[in-house]
Amino acid sequence: MQIYLPIADLPVNVFLLLGMGLAVGFISGMFGIGGGFLMTPLLIFIGVQPAVAVASVASHIAASSFSGAISYWRKNAVDVVLAGMLLVGGFIGTASGVWLFTALRRMDQLDLMIGLSYVTLLGIVGGLMVYEGARAIMREYRGVPGMPRAPGSHTWVHGLPLKMRFKRSKIYVSTIPVLGIGIIIGFLGSIMGIGGGFILVPMLIYFLRVPTATVIGTSMVLTLVTMASATVMHAATNHLVDALLAFILMIGGVIGAQFGARTGQKMRAERLRLLLGLLVLAVGLRFAYSLVVQPEDLYSIRVVEGGI
Amino acid sequence: MKRAAVLALATLWLAAPASAERLVVSLSNHRVAITSSFTGEDLVLFGTIEPDTPRGALRDNYDIVVTVSGPRQTYRTRRKERVLGIWVNVDSRQFINVPSYLAVLANRPISEITSPEIARRQQLGLDNFILTQRVGADFADTVREDPFRVAFISLSALKDLYGEDHKAVTFLTPTVFRAAIPLPSETPTGTYAIDVKLFSGGQLITRANSALEINKAGFEQYVADAARNQGFLYGFATMLLALLTGWVASVVFRRD
Repeated sequence: MQIYLPIADLPVNVFLLLGMGLAVGFISGMFGIGGGFLMTPLLIFIGVQPAVAVASVASHIAASSFSGAISYWRKNAVDVVLAGMLLVGGFIGTASGVWLFTALRRMDQLDLMIGLSYVTLLGIVGGLMVYEGARAIMREYRGVPGMPRAPGSHTWVHGLPLKMRFKRSKIYVSTIPVLGIGIIIGFLGSIMGIGGGFILVPMLIYFLRVPTATVIGTSMVLTLVTMASATVMHAATNHLVDALLAFILMIGGVIGAQFGARTGQKMRAERLRLLLGLLVLAVGLRFAYSLVVQPEDLYSIRVVEGGI
Repeated sequence: MKRAAVLALATLWLAAPASAERLVVSLSNHRVAITSSFTGEDLVLFGTIEPDTPRGALRDNYDIVVTVSGPRQTYRTRRKERVLGIWVNVDSRQFINVPSYLAVLANRPISEITSPEIARRQQLGLDNFILTQRVGADFADTVREDPFRVAFISLSALKDLYGEDHKAVTFLTPTVFRAAIPLPSETPTGTYAIDVKLFSGGQLITRANSALEINKAGFEQYVADAARNQGFLYGFATMLLALLTGWVASVVFRRD
């Protein structure tokens, strides 16, 4: 069944979109991430303009992270104060990301920038995850016990001023890295069409030592609010959010996530991390490939609005 | 006296064809609505060639060239080049107010219908259609071999937005013809101008105009308008929709 997307301006098969939503939702439920880094490339792959894909996926992620955030909220696994501080940074990051997005689009370099960001970010994060995951599994294989970090261990982050106490997470850290992480996530999210959960969770754990009890719930709240505000900002400035496209993806996404979560709970954490790392790395490599290989057509057309 | 008569006769013979025929054209549908199930459509244009005066004579060889041009838009065509190993948009040209849709339909190749000179003057065919480019401070069409112009046309042709078809016009009788106007799935919305030109013996005899309106209808229309004119509200509504979907999912799949 073909359906005409009003903003993307192209007809697509509804079942293809639903299927993509289900598949990405399954993966996102399994790993506890938003799945934007998979959805945006998939949409670009089926012919949606990168700009429309990035802007529309934001609302899709908002939907899936909202259902996640609700269930973590019920379990009292959200650090509201920490989420609030991250959000202050998140807003600044999102607003500047949307601004840069508009500017790059005007200079015809948006697609390149999206590609480059994907290669760099997914390459580094995926590489690290695979390395860590493989090492953990090797250790387990050899029978060497893991090296759990001492709860009181300190890094350079803890030497920064303007400290604040986050009671729910039982941490006492400087607000500078908290704001910084928020800015980075909001910025990347609005430019790349990703929620950033897969970078945010490791960042919160490694830099701020947020305990596992609150880390996912808090990250979901941040993702939810940054993606919801990215949706509004993208719609208001670039008019590129395709609500119909987003809605179909959401439906598939929230259903898929439920099944993914069940599968994920049955798997071991190290395996899960390694798998996610491989997935992230594969998407990054796919983008690298398309940047390096000579495109089929060197020319492309873009509609110029208002003579810009 | 005799010479004057010959001259008068000659002028009459020369002048007569210019107004001897009349073109009457009609479109199968003047309004096309793009709904959520729109995947392209063919419109049919019918036309007859009639003598201008009741007992006027008709010739036996007519050619028809139909040019359908969609709403005007400004486009930028970009060219990628390899910079430090990756492919980057380096050079670009702006095409100012060119048709977003352009179909040239004829009953045989334009080169057989008329001379290259007339074809250029009458803008017959994609090669002769004026596509204004901004060149520095000037606005001008370039030579037809210009790589950006060629790329612009071929990329548009790839989406079936630009096209030239010299079999699309068929004569049902020597004076009645039909032309199939293909509207692809990505047809831009707006007003389309239809220009029908009648040729005989390589000369333009007369022309007729018609128009066509393509609109998004129903839900599509609503969404597209809202996104363009009420960006903030639209974004806000999309966000609420997302939250609602997420909330419904969490209620439906609640396990505790």
